[in-house]
Amino acid sequence: MFENLSTKLDRAFKTLKGQGSITEINVAQTIKEVRRALVDADVNYKVAKTVTDKIKDEAMGRDVLIAVSPGQLMVKIVHEELTELMGGEKKDINITGSPAIILIAGLQGSGKTTFTGKLSNFLKKQGKGVLVAACDVYRPAAIDQLSVLAEQVGVEFYAERESKDPVSIARNAVEHAKKTGKKVVIIDTAGRLAVDEAMMKEIYDIKEAIKPTETLFVVDSMTGQDAVNTAKTFNERINFDGVVLTKLDGDSRGGAALSIRAVVEKPIKFISTGEKMEALDLFYPDRMAQRILGMGDVISLVERA
Amino acid sequence: EKTKTSFLDQLSKAVVGKSKVDEEVLDELETVLVHADVGIGTTVKIIERIEKRVARDKYVGTSDLDRILREEIMELMEENKGGIAADFTLPDTGGQPYVIMVVGVNGVGKTTTIGKLASQFHKAGKKVVLGAGDTFRAAAVDQLKIWGDRVGIPVVDHGMNTDPASVAYDAVKKGVEMGADVVIIDTAGRLHTKVGLMNELTKIKRVMQKVIDAAPHEVLLVLDGSTGQNAVIQAREFTKATEVTALAVTKLDGTAKGGVIIGISDEFKIPVKYIGVGERVEDLQVFDKREFVDSLFSKNK
Ligand SMILES: Nc1nc2c(ncn2[C@@H]2O[C@H](COP(=O)(O)OP(=O)(O)OP(=O)(O)O)[C@@H](O)[C@H]2O)c(=O)[nH]1
Ligand SMILES: Nc1nc2c(ncn2[C@@H]2O[C@H](COP(=O)(O)OP(=O)(O)OP(=O)(O)O)[C@@H](O)[C@H]2O)c(=O)[nH]1
Ligand SMILES: [Mg+2]
Ligand SMILES: [Mg+2]
Repeated sequence: MFENLSTKLDRAFKTLKGQGSITEINVAQTIKEVRRALVDADVNYKVAKTVTDKIKDEAMGRDVLIAVSPGQLMVKIVHEELTELMGGEKKDINITGSPAIILIAGLQGSGKTTFTGKLSNFLKKQGKGVLVAACDVYRPAAIDQLSVLAEQVGVEFYAERESKDPVSIARNAVEHAKKTGKKVVIIDTAGRLAVDEAMMKEIYDIKEAIKPTETLFVVDSMTGQDAVNTAKTFNERINFDGVVLTKLDGDSRGGAALSIRAVVEKPIKFISTGEKMEALDLFYPDRMAQRILGMGDVISLVERA
Repeated sequence: EKTKTSFLDQLSKAVVGKSKVDEEVLDELETVLVHADVGIGTTVKIIERIEKRVARDKYVGTSDLDRILREEIMELMEENKGGIAADFTLPDTGGQPYVIMVVGVNGVGKTTTIGKLASQFHKAGKKVVLGAGDTFRAAAVDQLKIWGDRVGIPVVDHGMNTDPASVAYDAVKKGVEMGADVVIIDTAGRLHTKVGLMNELTKIKRVMQKVIDAAPHEVLLVLDGSTGQNAVIQAREFTKATEVTALAVTKLDGTAKGGVIIGISDEFKIPVKYIGVGERVEDLQVFDKREFVDSLFSKNK
């Protein structure tokens, strides 16, 4: 839909031919283009501004190589910066404890139940005994959905169909996992909006009741500017340990990854890339940076130059 | 609850001590629109239109800006015309059921919207039949059946892992036999990048036409109100595959503004008909342009 960033940047630089390096004056328009490109990729506007300010500092004074167009050089700088911002120390999922308790939370339809199935599959393949527990007592057929996935994967499933109390179901599930000697118990919860006070209190109560080893926040990679509000509120209430980014098998640019990372400073631990139980991947910051910039080819071009 | 404050409140910082719309005000305006997911392309378009008006009318005070902006945005949005009216009366289909096929990417709220819509039609005294065309996602058929039970209407299903086109065919046929007023077909969520799945939608449509030539009378694309710029691509790709005739935007009870639909309705001229504002059966509203534009400029919390 939009021109690729490098083309835009080349145009912005065209008037600057002959200038040897990036300066305060000639970089302004370019930075604006970069910011707009980031916003187009659904990076939060404020985050995009902070990021581009940093990029500007980084770019200033760098030599504009002759072999590479200035646009491409800028793209390289932007790519490096984004990778750095989303990277940092890589942290794996914590599954210590007996059992390790993993709590899954997020907005409606973000992919929590599917991810619960996938994670159980992932851990089972490592030879761990897993129990998944259905604590969504609201959505029609939510319990059945998890039950089907558990059977598909071949892990044990826990539910209390008559109960309307997710806190007690979660607590009982953990007890059950202990009794049956499971290594990991994964708690699926109902989707909830950050502004829904009663539901936010519920997830807080669940967390307090079971004291999970790991709390994961599941977010749809297609989310727009609101990703920041949501992540912030969830983080304030349940102080999650990591983020799961879903539906990356589509063509969303996934700017939410950068926004969330910038705002809550929690690592992205998994990405979800399909509806099948195997479609789970680890997160690679450099790939995500490329995706946000929409430029797989450009990067390799720059690399070769 | 969102409290509505005027756009002027938001702009007050940039506007303070000024009587004319200038660069700084327009920059602030860009921020406001982009924050609502309006997208750079559409935002620039809106700003250019305002700039033109500012140039033409010579003197545009900041107090006029609020009004002008609303006018410009409203103009970009297609009127909610044709098809189903706000009171859920249906257009004349020559005695045959009005068939609605509901499509969209994964998890946007298709099945829930169908449940809510069915309830509205039912309340308006219409005879409704649902078709459980999502035979793929775990427990999708059960989910729709629960909605059917809630409303008290029949759901045609062939169980899981069956051919969705054949479910749609049977649902439309059952609708005709029962003398139903409306048949609503659920489909599995699918990303528009999956060619095979998009072709499946075309097939589902074609098969229904064996029962009723003009079916589906409506293809309703459901968009998640918190989706960013990808929603534009969704609208384009689903329109290519199924000629979308109407949009429903869900989850607007959250803090997301759903501004992306401005650009969509400008580019594709597809009217937004419904908005989802919660998970309960009554949480469906007929889209009101004016209210929507107001909410774009309201502060969260
Ligand atoms: N294409 C694709 N679809 C996915 C992915 N993850 C989940 N889905 C689909 O997204 C839809 C919603 O997924 P769920 O797992 O039900 O989401 P949820 O967060 O549990 O939803 P609620 O419980 O209603 O809040 C389903 O159709 C899933 O099959 C993914 O990575 N890619
Ligand atoms: N807050 C809120 N939640 C909604 C709204 N509409 C749907 N939901 C929730 O969003 C989640 C997904 O809704 P579904 O109706 O299952 O979505 P779908 O598009 O049918 O999903 P798939 O069939 O898996 O692709 C559920 O938890 C719904 O309760 C809405 O307007 N507001
Ligand atoms: Mg779920
Ligand atoms: Mg569905």
